[in-house]
Amino acid sequence: MLHIFCPHCGELRSEEEFHASGQSHIARPLDPASCSDQEWGEYMFFRDNPRGIHHELWDHVAGCRQYFNVTRDTVTYEILETYKIGEKPQVTAADKQEAAPVIAKGQGEKV
Amino acid sequence: MSAINVYQQNPGADAKAQSPLHHADLASLVGKGRNNAGVTLREKKFLGHLTLRGDGHDQAFAGGVHKALGLELPVALTVVANGDTSLQWVGPDEWLLIVPGGQEFAVEQKLREALDGQHIQIVNVSGGQSLLELRGPNVREVLMKSTSYDVHPNNFPVGKAVGTVFAKSQLVIRRTGEDTWELVVRRSFSDYWWLWLQDASAEYGLAIEA
Amino acid sequence: MSQTYRLASGGRIDRSKVLNFSFNGKTYQGYAGDTLAAALLANGVDIVGRSFKYSRPRGIIAAGTEEPNAILQIGSSEATQIPNVRATQQALYSGLVATSTNGWPNVNTDVMGILGKVGGSMMPPGFYYKTFMYPKSFWMTYEKYIRKAAGLGRAPLQNDPDSYDYMNQHCDVLIVGAGPAGLAAALAAARSGARVILADEQEEFGGTLLDTRETLDGKPAAEWVAAVVAELEALPDVTLLPRATVNGYHDHNFLTIHERLTDHLGDRAPIGQVRQRVHRVRANRVVLAAGAHERPLVYGNNDLPGNMLAGAVSTYVRRYGVAPGRKLVLSTNNDHAYRAALDWHDAGLQVVAIADARHNPRGSLVEEARAKGIRILTSSAVIESRGSKHVTGARVAAIDTQAHKVTSPGEWLDCDLVATSGGYSPVVHLASHLGGRPVWREDILGFVPGDAPQKRVCVGGINGVYPLADAIADGFEGGARAATEAGFKASVGNVPKTVARKEEATLALFQVPHDKGTARAPKQFVDQQNDVTAAAIELATREGFESVEHVKRYTALGFGTDQGKLGNINGLAIAARSLGIGIPQMGTTMFRPNYTPVTFGAVAGRHCGHLFEPVRFTALHAWHVKNGAEFEDVGQWKRPWYFPKAGEDIHAAVARECKAVRDSVGLLDASTLGKIDIQGPDAREFLNRIYTNAWTKLDVGKARYGLMCKEDGMVFDDGVTACVADNHFIMTTTTGGAARVLQWMELYLQTEWPELKVYFTSVTDHWATMTLSGPNSRKLLSELTDIDMDKEAFPFMTWKEGKVGGVPARVFRISFTGELSYEVNVQANYAMGVLEKIVEAGKKYNLTPYGTETMHVLRAEKGFIIVGQDTDGSMTADDLNMSWCVGRNKPYSWIGLRGMNREDVVRENRKQLVGLKPVDPNVWLPEGAQLVFDPKQPIPMDMVGHVTSSYASNSLGYSFAMGVVKGGLKRMGERVYSPQADGSVIEAEIVSSVFFDPKGERQNV
Repeated sequence: MLHIFCPHCGELRSEEEFHASGQSHIARPLDPASCSDQEWGEYMFFRDNPRGIHHELWDHVAGCRQYFNVTRDTVTYEILETYKIGEKPQVTAADKQEAAPVIAKGQGEKV
Repeated sequence: MSAINVYQQNPGADAKAQSPLHHADLASLVGKGRNNAGVTLREKKFLGHLTLRGDGHDQAFAGGVHKALGLELPVALTVVANGDTSLQWVGPDEWLLIVPGGQEFAVEQKLREALDGQHIQIVNVSGGQSLLELRGPNVREVLMKSTSYDVHPNNFPVGKAVGTVFAKSQLVIRRTGEDTWELVVRRSFSDYWWLWLQDASAEYGLAIEA
Repeated sequence: MSQTYRLASGGRIDRSKVLNFSFNGKTYQGYAGDTLAAALLANGVDIVGRSFKYSRPRGIIAAGTEEPNAILQIGSSEATQIPNVRATQQALYSGLVATSTNGWPNVNTDVMGILGKVGGSMMPPGFYYKTFMYPKSFWMTYEKYIRKAAGLGRAPLQNDPDSYDYMNQHCDVLIVGAGPAGLAAALAAARSGARVILADEQEEFGGTLLDTRETLDGKPAAEWVAAVVAELEALPDVTLLPRATVNGYHDHNFLTIHERLTDHLGDRAPIGQVRQRVHRVRANRVVLAAGAHERPLVYGNNDLPGNMLAGAVSTYVRRYGVAPGRKLVLSTNNDHAYRAALDWHDAGLQVVAIADARHNPRGSLVEEARAKGIRILTSSAVIESRGSKHVTGARVAAIDTQAHKVTSPGEWLDCDLVATSGGYSPVVHLASHLGGRPVWREDILGFVPGDAPQKRVCVGGINGVYPLADAIADGFEGGARAATEAGFKASVGNVPKTVARKEEATLALFQVPHDKGTARAPKQFVDQQNDVTAAAIELATREGFESVEHVKRYTALGFGTDQGKLGNINGLAIAARSLGIGIPQMGTTMFRPNYTPVTFGAVAGRHCGHLFEPVRFTALHAWHVKNGAEFEDVGQWKRPWYFPKAGEDIHAAVARECKAVRDSVGLLDASTLGKIDIQGPDAREFLNRIYTNAWTKLDVGKARYGLMCKEDGMVFDDGVTACVADNHFIMTTTTGGAARVLQWMELYLQTEWPELKVYFTSVTDHWATMTLSGPNSRKLLSELTDIDMDKEAFPFMTWKEGKVGGVPARVFRISFTGELSYEVNVQANYAMGVLEKIVEAGKKYNLTPYGTETMHVLRAEKGFIIVGQDTDGSMTADDLNMSWCVGRNKPYSWIGLRGMNREDVVRENRKQLVGLKPVDPNVWLPEGAQLVFDPKQPIPMDMVGHVTSSYASNSLGYSFAMGVVKGGLKRMGERVYSPQADGSVIEAEIVSSVFFDPKGERQNV
């Protein structure tokens, strides 16, 4: 259960108060008519699935009903920052260019 | 024609009215149950509830609200009160105003006058929600059974108001006194809350006040 | 004879309180303070179950949570059955009824035991996979017998009479484990003023301090425990949770604790008390002080009852005053285990010999044993035990651990108890629940928690810090550090004085060699709960399973409730040796929550019965109940489904309700529809962008139907929105879509179009909505309202304000039935009063309440869609034949426009919504039935669509349906066929989906 800092409420809240709404910073094309089918398909359906830093859109549905952004590490699940819509992330994948951890032998999924 | 339809929806005191917990017949339960109950419940019904939307960062908005209500716009997670009128922060552009029943139309008009020309929304939601007041030494335990929000006095001082998950739905918890809390509940869920609170309070004893 | 194996004195039991209990139908006695395991051992009960696969008799091995065999069924009545309770964790109470879960027909004579003996070699690892998976059709039959024989316990057949709940906790420091390190950590943290929770799975705090022969400050260690607990109890923000297992370590320091509040009191919780509680804890810092589990040695027949962990022997002797035998042989590779022999000796019992695998042990405890005259055989180990149902002897031989060989013939020693210790494994389970890799430490021959992002501190045995004084010091330091990191000013406490000892290193020994070799030696069990032998692990590696995770799955090592507590390290060490690699290279399997089994009751908490899910009611619900409504669940709402009169079934009731609406007037509670109040100068523009159709020219006083699509152009909600003032609209959504639509609107407003000046507020609960529908609705409403009901003054698709039944209302003239209809909206508190007046006035018009079923029939006759029934997220407005509702020329590229112009969306031959008229008017097409053009084609047939809605209608005189058919709109008059499961075929004609009043004359009156 994640603990998420709502930038509007100014507090850490339990994940169950929130709704995850996928990858953030995917702007709607300003002129959809000029998009090719492929471009429109990319906009609608294709999302990053990075190992590491990921910017996500969350909605504080049980609290202030505001959408905001979360920078989360998909490996550790650490939340590195949360920030309001319209703001830019302070932490990006480019900042975290360390070598990816080597997968130890036998590191499988939990069953 | 006005850009907004402001409508007196309250028929007055003569009309037959049923609060969200009408069917529970709380009045018949007064005085029953354990002595020295750890939790006392009261439905604060038929109050005027108004949702107020506007730009909290705009001085003109805060000033207009103050002019109309005599209340400072509350900051995040707080509720301010003046007599029977309370104003609660709900979100960065949303507040809940609760006034004595029957005053909601007049208050809305007053607010609209004070906020004239601003982009705001005021919506009468009096029929859609209600307040349940919980009082007593074990209310904190009942809340701990129900919500993942931290209700320890260090984190939840008097005057705080928090929208959160409660059991399997959502509501607003307000702490109005040392041992007194209010739940802002939606009408359609009120029976679920009533059943839940009876159950969660059972081991401490539940008393009902009319 | 009662309690033959109870020692005359000693233990933390209350000998004045005798408790009767039964095991497998036989009555025994024990004392208050016993665990069930201690009481069984006191009574000489050695066989507690049969093993999972080979069905061998099994006894109690351990004294705590790591016990693999004594997993019992508890409960004196059907309703109070609890499966999979570890006897070592269950406090004894008066009247306790326990039975073995393994063993069919019973533990002493066992069908599978014979099969297991004869077929031992026939059941290698992978046996179930290899044998039972083929042929597939036999699997169900096999499984039934395997499950019955394996005996995994059973659920009760009656409702649990007890209650369970959750408690949400928040703390600065959560300490897991109240042994020496955990107690010290709690003390250091609590003294700083931090909010502290201390949880321990045992009946009382203290861990090993409750049975240790060590002293603290010259006094029994338990006295130090009592003093610490007393100090903690006195602090206001400290929560002490004994009988509480921290079972899961989840993200961001969220941990779940399973507390057994009253399991020690009886079969049922005392009246008014909760039986078990799950604490959901959010901790700023976590201190893991879970300690270590002793590893058993792996040798021949090491599963025979009478083989036990050395530490468990000490625990039974010192804590419970029970000697689980008379004559002890101890086999060890470390100093610490000598305590078992010393405790045994001190209790006046015979220590036959100690076999120490090390060459020349000289530690303090070793010397103490020598001084007491105990025989010590060095470079030796128990290589096998013997006995039919209990140990009668142990063969001790010289071994070469480097060469993995037996180097002497050895000798058989008469004994009835073999205690073994192969070293200690830190309990790293919680530390790895989130994926943190344990790290191998050669100096302690165990895995310790590795680095992890969690804000946690590990102290004591889990870190491989075993000497008592060091563990306490580590606890103090860790507790203080955790509290400091949580923002408190904390300091370490005074470590009590302990006796200094010289302790020598443990020798690596994970499998005792046998002179016959692993494959032919008597079975050497690694994981007794899952019946995994050393030979099975070697076989798995020979068959090519090299990853520890694969070995685990192939052999079942560490599966299920066991989670590798005893066998994991031995098993992976055997696999590593077999593969010729080191333990660090082999790695360890991961552990997952829960650490120990949790009852379903505790998982459910209070969310069961009438509190299982929130149920939503409208303001008119009591009236529906009073008038005999049957209800339908629509999302969380209870909606009247139909209102049967005496003797009516659903068909008769719906037919009557339909007729009443078409002939006179009906009443529907439409309060559940989502309603959103929209205000702001950009409200109109916003509607233009989220609806498919145009809103720019909707005048005040008018209402319009709209469709909503997602960006892909697929319909996802619909409803009528009214303009109540120039910058003010009331939107309605589907009942199920209300919350979803509002969130979606907020998403676009907040993230895409923050410049638009508009606000949305849900008024679903505020307005109660009563729909009057039918040719007499106007006459009826006219009697109750001051609104001018004239058809010119109040035309279709407009709304008016006025009083209805004396209450201010907004009345919308819209229709979902095709009849003249009015939706009366009043503030919900006043709805019942208005309803009663409508009903009273409606008597002369035969005003008939109707439910969702009649609503569905009436709207389907008109071809009106229900989003979610006739749509499935893959249908466009064009597919629904609703192009009239699409404003392709609106200036802004509204949501869905681009999506509905994609290549696949504009292609010919998409599935389109049409009416379906069965050729036989009495045949009803099942909803969901697949459609084909040619019913005679071979299977698999080319399916061209399916039925979405289907009804037997009275107004029409024939059954009818709606459905989607490939290119259906161009196939009017053609036939489709629906092959049924029974071989019959229903033939239907493709027709317009508007079956009734196609010109809409009935609502324009």
